[in-house]
Amino acid sequence: MIEVNKLYKSYGKQGKINALNGISFTVDEGEIFGVIGPDGAGKSSLFRIMASLLLPDSGTAVMNGYDAVKDYRKVRQIIGYMPGRFSLYQDLSVEENLTFFATLFNTTIEENYYLIKDIYQQIEPFKKRRAGALSGGMKQKLALSCALIHKPEILILDEPTTGVDPVSRKEFWDMLGRLKEQGIIILVSTAYMDEASRCDRIALIREGEFIATNTPRGIIDNYREILWSVEGTRMSALLTALRGYPEVKTSFAFGDKHHITVDESFQSDGLRHFLANKGFHDVRVELAKPTVEDCFMAM
Amino acid sequence: MNKVIEVSGLTKKFGNFTAVDHITFDVTEGEIFGFLGANGAGKTTAMQMLCGISMPTAGEGTVAGYDIIKQNELIKRNIGYMSQKFSLYEDLKVWENIRLFGGIYGLSEKIITEKTDALLKRLDFEQERDTMVKYLPLGWKQKLAFSVAIFHEPKIVFLDEPTGGVDPAMRRQFWEMIYEAADQGITVFVTTHYMDEAEYCNRVSVMVDGRIDALDSPAALRHQFKADSMDEVFRQLARKAERGD
Repeated sequence: MIEVNKLYKSYGKQGKINALNGISFTVDEGEIFGVIGPDGAGKSSLFRIMASLLLPDSGTAVMNGYDAVKDYRKVRQIIGYMPGRFSLYQDLSVEENLTFFATLFNTTIEENYYLIKDIYQQIEPFKKRRAGALSGGMKQKLALSCALIHKPEILILDEPTTGVDPVSRKEFWDMLGRLKEQGIIILVSTAYMDEASRCDRIALIREGEFIATNTPRGIIDNYREILWSVEGTRMSALLTALRGYPEVKTSFAFGDKHHITVDESFQSDGLRHFLANKGFHDVRVELAKPTVEDCFMAM
Repeated sequence: MNKVIEVSGLTKKFGNFTAVDHITFDVTEGEIFGFLGANGAGKTTAMQMLCGISMPTAGEGTVAGYDIIKQNELIKRNIGYMSQKFSLYEDLKVWENIRLFGGIYGLSEKIITEKTDALLKRLDFEQERDTMVKYLPLGWKQKLAFSVAIFHEPKIVFLDEPTGGVDPAMRRQFWEMIYEAADQGITVFVTTHYMDEAEYCNRVSVMVDGRIDALDSPAALRHQFKADSMDEVFRQLARKAERGD
């Protein structure tokens, strides 16, 4: 399991920027744990500390019994880390990259082929191609194969699906599900809210602190706002109009609808009337069920 | 209505591989046009031809009123471009980035100075004039990058996955900037992998194996494919793909 206890990290002169502000959590074997938060909230700093690539100011991260600072050599053997930016060797071929990472860990592609088979088979026809010449989706499949080739116990994935199309993202998450069944602990950050709901548990991170840690269902159950959806034509103008209504607290686009949070005194007929006066006659105003994305927007 | 993009039979081959296969479509002035497709479907290659940096193997058309084959240099000067991967120089200050791009697009020193002041004021960025871009939070960087891309008031701006890896709150702020630009008459051509963003476009096209297999408003596409969401429309179309990415 992963046990993180009161991690602090600051950057800059006199430690002006607090990247991590006392983060504690645990992740169990066979769990997919998602870290969700805005850019600059501290996700990458947290992952780099857990991967033994960055020293914390204080606090500990223990990865399956090994301390990320004291036992960093051991930690590096048992984790697979996929950084946010593509970090493979662009001038080596697909196969050379994979062989290189296998060799570093004293293993071979053949030995752990079964682990990467699902994903590697999709890029194997291009194994002689330079990694730098791969498309975005293929690069990401190669990066995951390289992170897995030494059969890690813990997989740390920093925004693995950024820039990946919806179909490939789904395949990627199906694959994570199969790895989880083999007992691998998976720690993943993402900006896609639909992916958050595929994690066993998620943590919402803001300014270096976990402000909520729960199952996706639990996060949604703790949502305290009153949420309505508004649908109509001229959506851009409609959004502006909604912001002018006194009982609307927040309003934002949500796919083909707008979501609004409102005061307790809110009556939908009042809003319909208000909008009709502004020339919006065809609007549908309905109570909405919150999603993880609504919870994030309420942060 | 004026057409800002009008192309017909646009094709690009690399050896015997057809990256873009006879695409025909147009984009109207002031429209927000979403250009969707799976990784490897041919979006980037198509966009490079529209931006005048790659010559088509076959086909013809105009972008911003200029011929994509004979006047591609003029196209480059009259469009805006921004992508998540490349937008600003990290090691230049905020004002230096604006100055650089203004200069590249041929604006005079005087106009650049005036417009820089106005822009920083509008973005509420006056305090950050001398900040190195690499020290700006991502959300600010994106606002600045978008503003720089339309600094020379192009007819059309191309946005290549402008919101990749950006959290939901910031993506919405970014889209409100897109709406503002469209309201001012700037045509927006945007690629994205977020299907909720496809809903914010006036019309979207979906590329499959180098072809445009669907093109309409999001509502009409949902209706046509009997789908509840653009995500489902995308999945149905992507399933037909025969070539890998």
